[in-house]
Amino acid sequence: MTATRVSYDEAMQDFDPVFGIEVHVELNTKTKMFCGCANEFGAEPNTQVCPVCLGLPGSMPVTNEKAVESAIRLGLALGCSIRESSRFARKNYFYPDLAKDYQISQYDEPTCYEGSLEVVLDDGTVVEVGIERAHMEEDAGKNTHVGGSGGIQGASHSLVDYNRGGVPLVEIVTKPITGMGARTAEVARAYVATIRDIVRGLGISDGRMDQGSVRADVNLSLRPKAPAGEDQDAVPFGKRSETKNVNSLRAIEKAIHFEAGRQAALLSAGQPVVQETRHWHEDTEETTPGRSKEEAEDYRYFPEPDLLPVEPSREWVEELRATIPEHPAKMRARLKDEWGFSDLEMRDVVAADAVPLLVATVGAGASPQSARKWWMGELARTANEQGVALDSLAVTPVDVAELQGLVDSGRLNDKLARQALAGVLAGEGSPTAVVEARGLEIVSDDSALEKAVDDALAAQPDVLAKIQDGKVQAAGAIVGAVMKATRGQADAGRVREIILRRAGVEG
Amino acid sequence: MSSLDRSDVARLAALARIDMTDEDLDRLSGQLSAIVDAVAKVAEVAGSDVPATSHPIPMSNVHRADEVLPSLPQERALSGAPEAEDGRFRVPQILGEEA
Repeated sequence: MTATRVSYDEAMQDFDPVFGIEVHVELNTKTKMFCGCANEFGAEPNTQVCPVCLGLPGSMPVTNEKAVESAIRLGLALGCSIRESSRFARKNYFYPDLAKDYQISQYDEPTCYEGSLEVVLDDGTVVEVGIERAHMEEDAGKNTHVGGSGGIQGASHSLVDYNRGGVPLVEIVTKPITGMGARTAEVARAYVATIRDIVRGLGISDGRMDQGSVRADVNLSLRPKAPAGEDQDAVPFGKRSETKNVNSLRAIEKAIHFEAGRQAALLSAGQPVVQETRHWHEDTEETTPGRSKEEAEDYRYFPEPDLLPVEPSREWVEELRATIPEHPAKMRARLKDEWGFSDLEMRDVVAADAVPLLVATVGAGASPQSARKWWMGELARTANEQGVALDSLAVTPVDVAELQGLVDSGRLNDKLARQALAGVLAGEGSPTAVVEARGLEIVSDDSALEKAVDDALAAQPDVLAKIQDGKVQAAGAIVGAVMKATRGQADAGRVREIILRRAGVEG
Repeated sequence: MSSLDRSDVARLAALARIDMTDEDLDRLSGQLSAIVDAVAKVAEVAGSDVPATSHPIPMSNVHRADEVLPSLPQERALSGAPEAEDGRFRVPQILGEEA
């Protein structure tokens, strides 16, 4: 049953892909979806649990209003309608990551439905992705498999931490996306990137795919290409696979490449594609079969009797609509214009997730180019060395703007500014505080500079004559010597003026 | 009207992980059918003008402020666990696949 896999390009030549994506977004509320336990990553196991999220008898869930608000705002950002009355449902299944043996989710009446999202590809092409629904649900706990190779196969037993159980999620489901052909993988990646940017822009999730706060399941099927001149949409969809937990943008593209190649090989060999769940393996960049969907994935959904319907007033929805930031791609285009950045400069800033940092730094008074220079230069290097994200560094946009202000006012040169920044990163306080504590200011006391210039001229007696002969560039050697003598704390321009005055050239 | 036959009951039992003997299935398919048929009578009374309802109480929007409340200490959280290890609930080998 193993047909050899073909390449993505070959698969796209012979077949028409149809795909859909489910994205789970973990909300950054202070507490869980239905109880007051803290929603915080990294605590000791089973210390953020209570009778509600452990599913103990007699406990009753109560909806977190902030989570409802976040879900509605996300729905609005995705162009969804907000249902006047929505409700929760129980999704029943046996798996120990849920202590209750059911997950509280939404089924036939999701809060947000029928939306559409513009996705902008790298070359500027805009693709409209239809959104089927965005519904609220709770996350599950975390299983650790013990024994074997650490995976589920061969494990002797499993250990469960329910800290994550009950953390609020919004699941966003697309409609089937057709007509993308060979750009399918690119569109899928750009769609998930857009969702990530939107949730960050809304401030409802940290959007960290590497920490699982944005997770994607990718559905893909292939159908034969319609004969020339005939309607492709008249060709029925093929059987699909659903690849679970694809957790990076790159992996989304790779998973689609793999699945398209696998399915194309099967279909070309006259073998069926099995409708099933598949697992993504980051190391081998392959998918392997999981549960077969044909074994009736019967969750026996029914309305959650312990929770009341959510009926957001139209006034509230409109208030929330007013808080929706502009589409990330449009915001980037606007900022690029406002900042006067080149395509390359803007692309680097976006790739480094530095747009919000630059916005804040410019907002605190720095020029766009100076903000870019700090964040993409010295700070990007430091973040890279420390192996952390730019926004995790111990420096704020306000610090960066203040530092640049010290440079602009002539109190610091570039070298001193970098030293001051090192002090800020080391937790020594604001740039001004570091400058004062470390005594970093430029020596602007002319008498001290004049003495340093005279000392340098005395050490290199031929220089003065050269300058007087019109070889003004010879002054550079003296400037260098003075900078060395003042440990870089001199204003080079001022030093130059003094040298020229000594030589009797210009005033 | 709609009735549960034996295979429906067997399937539900399997989904709910309840072992049933042939006798159980015979007996319960009869009993459950009687219950389902009785409930189905509601459909005869309720016209299309009566909206489907899942909650008998006309209430909505009962929410909670997003404020952290104390959780259980780990020992108490684990006190009802059949087995625990490393601060976690220990469960038997999981067959099948991750959900």
